[in-house]
Amino acid sequence: MEIFNNIIFLLDSMIRLTVPLLLAALAGLYSERSGVFDIGLEGKMLAGAFGAAVVAYLSGNMWLGMFAGMGIGIVMALIHGIASITFRGNQIIAGVAINFLAAGLTVFLGQSWFKQGGRTPALPEGGRFLAIDLPFADALKDVPIVGGIYSELISGHNIIVYIAFAMVPFTYWLLFKTRFGLRLRATGENPKAVDTAGVNVNFMRYKAVLICGALTGLAGSYLSIALSAGFGLNMTAGMGFIALAALIFAKWRPWYVLWATLLFGFLNAAQIRLQGVELPYIGEVPVQAIQALPYILTVVLLAGFIGKAVGPKAGGIPYVKER
Amino acid sequence: MTEKSQKNRRRSDIPAAVSSNSDELAIELIKINKHFGPVYANRDIDLKIAKGSVHGIVGENGAGKTTLMSILYGFYTADSGKIKVGGKEVKIKDSSHALQLGIGMVHQHFMLVDNFSVLENVILGAEDSVLLAPSKKKARIELARLAEEYELEVDPDALIEDLSVGQQQRVEILKALYRGAEILILDEPTGVLTPAEAAHLFRVFDTLKKQGKTIVLITHKLREIMAITDEVSVMRRGAMVKTLITKETDPSELAELMVGRSVLMEVKKGIANPGDIKLEVRDLEVSDDIGVKRVKGVSLNVRAGEIVGIAGVSGNGQSELLEAIAGMRKPDNGKVIVKGQEIAFKGDDSAAELRLAGLAHVPEDRHEHGLVISFEQWENSILGYSDDDKYGKGLYLSVKACKNEAKKQIEEFDIRPPNPLLKTANFSGGNQQKIVLAREISRDPDVFIVGQPTRGVDIGAIESIHNHIIAMRDAGKAILLVSVELDEIRSLSDRIIVMFDGNIVGEADPDKVNEGELGLLMAGISSQDKDKQEEAFVKDKIANDLANKGAV
Repeated sequence: MEIFNNIIFLLDSMIRLTVPLLLAALAGLYSERSGVFDIGLEGKMLAGAFGAAVVAYLSGNMWLGMFAGMGIGIVMALIHGIASITFRGNQIIAGVAINFLAAGLTVFLGQSWFKQGGRTPALPEGGRFLAIDLPFADALKDVPIVGGIYSELISGHNIIVYIAFAMVPFTYWLLFKTRFGLRLRATGENPKAVDTAGVNVNFMRYKAVLICGALTGLAGSYLSIALSAGFGLNMTAGMGFIALAALIFAKWRPWYVLWATLLFGFLNAAQIRLQGVELPYIGEVPVQAIQALPYILTVVLLAGFIGKAVGPKAGGIPYVKER
Repeated sequence: MTEKSQKNRRRSDIPAAVSSNSDELAIELIKINKHFGPVYANRDIDLKIAKGSVHGIVGENGAGKTTLMSILYGFYTADSGKIKVGGKEVKIKDSSHALQLGIGMVHQHFMLVDNFSVLENVILGAEDSVLLAPSKKKARIELARLAEEYELEVDPDALIEDLSVGQQQRVEILKALYRGAEILILDEPTGVLTPAEAAHLFRVFDTLKKQGKTIVLITHKLREIMAITDEVSVMRRGAMVKTLITKETDPSELAELMVGRSVLMEVKKGIANPGDIKLEVRDLEVSDDIGVKRVKGVSLNVRAGEIVGIAGVSGNGQSELLEAIAGMRKPDNGKVIVKGQEIAFKGDDSAAELRLAGLAHVPEDRHEHGLVISFEQWENSILGYSDDDKYGKGLYLSVKACKNEAKKQIEEFDIRPPNPLLKTANFSGGNQQKIVLAREISRDPDVFIVGQPTRGVDIGAIESIHNHIIAMRDAGKAILLVSVELDEIRSLSDRIIVMFDGNIVGEADPDKVNEGELGLLMAGISSQDKDKQEEAFVKDKIANDLANKGAV
């Protein structure tokens, strides 16, 4: 029972840590499927987290906070879009700029507004998303195995967790079953074909980039006003880049994105759990080595296992109609 | 049954009524202008296309045919000029607008998404519901109907990347028809097809014409024009030369109009004194970027001290042949032997291997392949030869030695302005060409491959470039020359080889052959070894047409 509980806790922690990666990777999926590579997921997430924490703190309303986070994500995405779609700038450089902008601006504004070393004050009541218990979670708690899985693993998360996981089938449906999805995918593969079919390529790309902004903003909101109770300095800590790695690992497909981000989420959870634990034969593993696990995996996966991951063919290339 | 397909059906019941009304114009273009940067792609183009006709537009590569049709399709917007569709003046803003006006286009490079199914490609942009399923269902029914009506069968669920080019082209035509196109523009549709596929395509044209649809055919293949068009317009260098009724013209007249006759420039040269074979090409086969065979087994020799010119309407494989011999394009088959040494074409460094063997190359497109346009002149003057010991050993590059070389080249070739520090982009076209020639000739190669030596070059520079090439010959070098300028070929060459459709179709003595004979050879008319199947088809077709006309 002890081991079972440990596993349940580990998986529970995995789910909570997967959510920001999942939202950010899905965000990247929309953008990159339209042909706009987005290395600025990290920055948009960070800015979203900051915006959400500030508004939730000031208003005491988690929903306002969340929408503010998404709004900030959209504004950052718009900057990326204007630079790389309208002005046909280099998408990667525009993304890097977004990352720097977010890293600098959140510290600067945080410090000058709250004077707490860049952090935002702890959220007041109502400013943070709390766990919601699904029906019968309490009643089923004592049923062996199934009860534990239902009440601990499935129930008892905040609403953003459920939204994030629901986004996977929704994205799949949107991408492969709707007109919007068909045009989005075509834009990333062969924008000329889309243009000659009478669809505005740049407008399609803007839509995709703005959806990406909203989702990264939501991912950021989750970090600052759901997972924690306030914004901390550089609290995304490279999650945007890991999400990008997961997206490539998942070959730009929604369900694969879920599995890839769950894997990274699991490693993160395991990393926290393994700190200070004596392993048989090895002894206590240094914290740093364990903390490095997800990043090492990223490198190994990207370098070795996905040699054939071919992204959207027109990705990274601004669409120029006339020669 | 949906509204659109009903409309199509009704139309198909009354085919003859529409096509007989040939006075009506489907399209009228008035004074269309379009330029890209300083280059005019279209200049004051006037064009009338009768409804229900097959109208051919011919011209060499770069004559502006595709640009003109892209304007009509709303892909580009004209700088000035008027467009009338069905008698009404319209401003075609974008492709969706053109589609609404009933104009569909089949591009030379297909506008298809490779990893989408046929069905998805057909409905892309023409989906009439938010969800895909109903659109797909409707398209499936409509495709089956079109397939039956026009012999355009293709598996709707197949992925584009799994289809042959011929089938991909069918998808493009289906795409246009699905959108209700009344005017169908096809850009070089047979370039990628086998003769059998081409014959099938022409049968499809017949059916389309019977349904009252207008077909605009862009091509540079004169035989196709003669076989299937009602009228033909000739373009040259961005201008509309003439529109003729196909029955009243012949291929040699068209060839002449296409290539254009300009003053034969006098080039002073002595009698050639050919020596040993320096360059030997055997059974060379070369494909272009999209995998279409452009050179179909060419063999030729070039001897020391002679200039061999390759003539042909551009797009008949000359460029690919040149690129293969220069090591820029890997041949599928065949051998290139330079001074007795066979070139291996193993890795990506064939160009370097050829240079070491004593071959130098002036590429057809100096901006794309000959120069780094943003470099200063001295940098371009040693480009590709920077590893030579005289410019420093190992990692070291002696800028001083490079600049001295640059100055030497400037002096010898009279490059103006004589400033090695000037950015190459700031030299005129003629002087840029001299920079390339100077670099390649200074290396004193035994085999010299020259593509379009005077394209876009002013008259003064042409003369000097010609003199340098003649001087090379007199110094005992083997020279292979490709040019779209027939006069240039005639005045420089000691022997002329004519290419048509990837084959050598004849050889001529420049002093004896006249322009008319060359024009016929270039149009593939008196060739012996051309594609039998296509030949038979065209004959058939002409016979049929005559029979039909007789019957009417």
